[in-house]
Amino acid sequence: MTVIKKDVVIIGGGSAGLAAAVQLRKKGISDIVILEREKQLGGILRQCIHDGFGLARFKEALSGPEYSQRFIDEVEKLGIETITDATVIDITSEKKVIAASKSGLLEYEAKAVVLTMGCRERTRGAISIPGTRPSGVYNAGVAQAYINLHNTMVGKEVIILGSGDIGMIMARRMTLEGAKVKAVFEIQPYPSGLPRNIEQCLNDYNIPLYLSHTITKIKGHSRLEGITVSKVDENFRPIPGTEKDYACDTLILSVGLIPENELSLSAGVELDNRTKGAIVDENYQTNVEGIFAAGNVLQVHDLVDFVSIEAEALSESVADYVNKGKLSECCINITTDSNINHTIPQKISGAKDFKLSMRVRKPFKNCEIHVIQNDEVIKTVKLKKAIPAEMIQIKLEGAKFKSPDDIKVVVR
Amino acid sequence: MIKEYTCIICPNGCEIEAKIEGTTILEIEGATCSRGKEYVEQELINPKRNIATSVSVEGGILPLVSVRLTKSIPKERIFDVMNEIKKIKLKAPVTISQVVIKNVLSLDSDVIATKNVVEGSNI
Repeated sequence: MTVIKKDVVIIGGGSAGLAAAVQLRKKGISDIVILEREKQLGGILRQCIHDGFGLARFKEALSGPEYSQRFIDEVEKLGIETITDATVIDITSEKKVIAASKSGLLEYEAKAVVLTMGCRERTRGAISIPGTRPSGVYNAGVAQAYINLHNTMVGKEVIILGSGDIGMIMARRMTLEGAKVKAVFEIQPYPSGLPRNIEQCLNDYNIPLYLSHTITKIKGHSRLEGITVSKVDENFRPIPGTEKDYACDTLILSVGLIPENELSLSAGVELDNRTKGAIVDENYQTNVEGIFAAGNVLQVHDLVDFVSIEAEALSESVADYVNKGKLSECCINITTDSNINHTIPQKISGAKDFKLSMRVRKPFKNCEIHVIQNDEVIKTVKLKKAIPAEMIQIKLEGAKFKSPDDIKVVVR
Repeated sequence: MIKEYTCIICPNGCEIEAKIEGTTILEIEGATCSRGKEYVEQELINPKRNIATSVSVEGGILPLVSVRLTKSIPKERIFDVMNEIKKIKLKAPVTISQVVIKNVLSLDSDVIATKNVVEGSNI
């Protein structure tokens, strides 16, 4: 097998990979390739046919395929090499990348590897719902692929578990296609998706959303026949006596997304247990020098516009790395209080301005986010509301952090 | 009367509280931009929404092409428009932004393709 040398190998041709490639090319790095597992570029946006993408970036409401086509067009115009139908099967810490493609195995040796593999859905197994195992239980994204890509309707009477955005969007989509969506159940006491989706996907179609509820039984043999739901207490334990039965032939699960990091692990990339994505510095560089990550493989975003922006910021650093061979050491760790789930990046150098992304663990009203070092509040951001469904981003000046001590981010 | 709204115009999803008399807004609070007030005004007079669905394609590499409306339509006409869109069958190639139905049901909105589907057998 001939080894192909590249400046940058990008794993995944979705929103993050496409934006990273375009930006790298604009920064003068042209010896790059995008490896994509599917037959077409575009990633998950190919099946996200609803509108509302691109409001931040293009100031207009596009559908997912339109948003990604803008980047695909640019990739083509810039003559960036892309290989579809190519599944990366291994990445090493020496930045070797092996892919299974239509023309056989491909082996690359890269100066830098960009991880943009996106995320996948949590499944029934991960949330342990008791009952039988009939057909008719789908993840929201799987149902979305059946309906929007393969022209196959998944069912007629639908229950949705989890108030994630894709679940709510599928509630509307299936209603438009003639299905009866009976209810959405959410185990948390607050919705996990964006407020506008509750309004335009559920309220518009009179689909009720029940908080602090979960499914405690799945019934049916060859096909799903019904489910039992129960209210849960503050520890998410089903409350006996609150059971209610619903007849349905379809159950859609929208119970969370997990960054897709099997390949990252094989390269020795250290993951953050909170995000399930890589631990990165202000350059989006992982603990393995020359391996970078951005987009949903790093942290699950709520808006694709922010995925593109993150991937572009990554490209600035990757271009620097390819040109200089080294980036500044990042030794200042960023920690949080228990109200904040995580931050990206997790460490910085203090030499560069950066954007800090975070999510709160529970909803807050009229709160302040404080960024603190050595008891000094470096930055305060006032928020009318902070909810787990919405990522918070704060721009920070690296030079404000004068000592090598930990930074702490808290909600007050 | 006081009414609460979640603005759907952008992902901020502002929670708006409006004091309303008939279809007139007397006071409005919570919108971080001017589009919030426009949204509430629209909701009071004639709530409008955009929809996205798919149209089947013959002879293309995909069996479907996704479509959306160029402008929002009155909420109560959504299923009428869905029925119009369901009648359509296209032949590949279909190009992004191609008008699939001009001025659907005279609602001053076009149905447009949001994907390229080139000729070929299904992939």
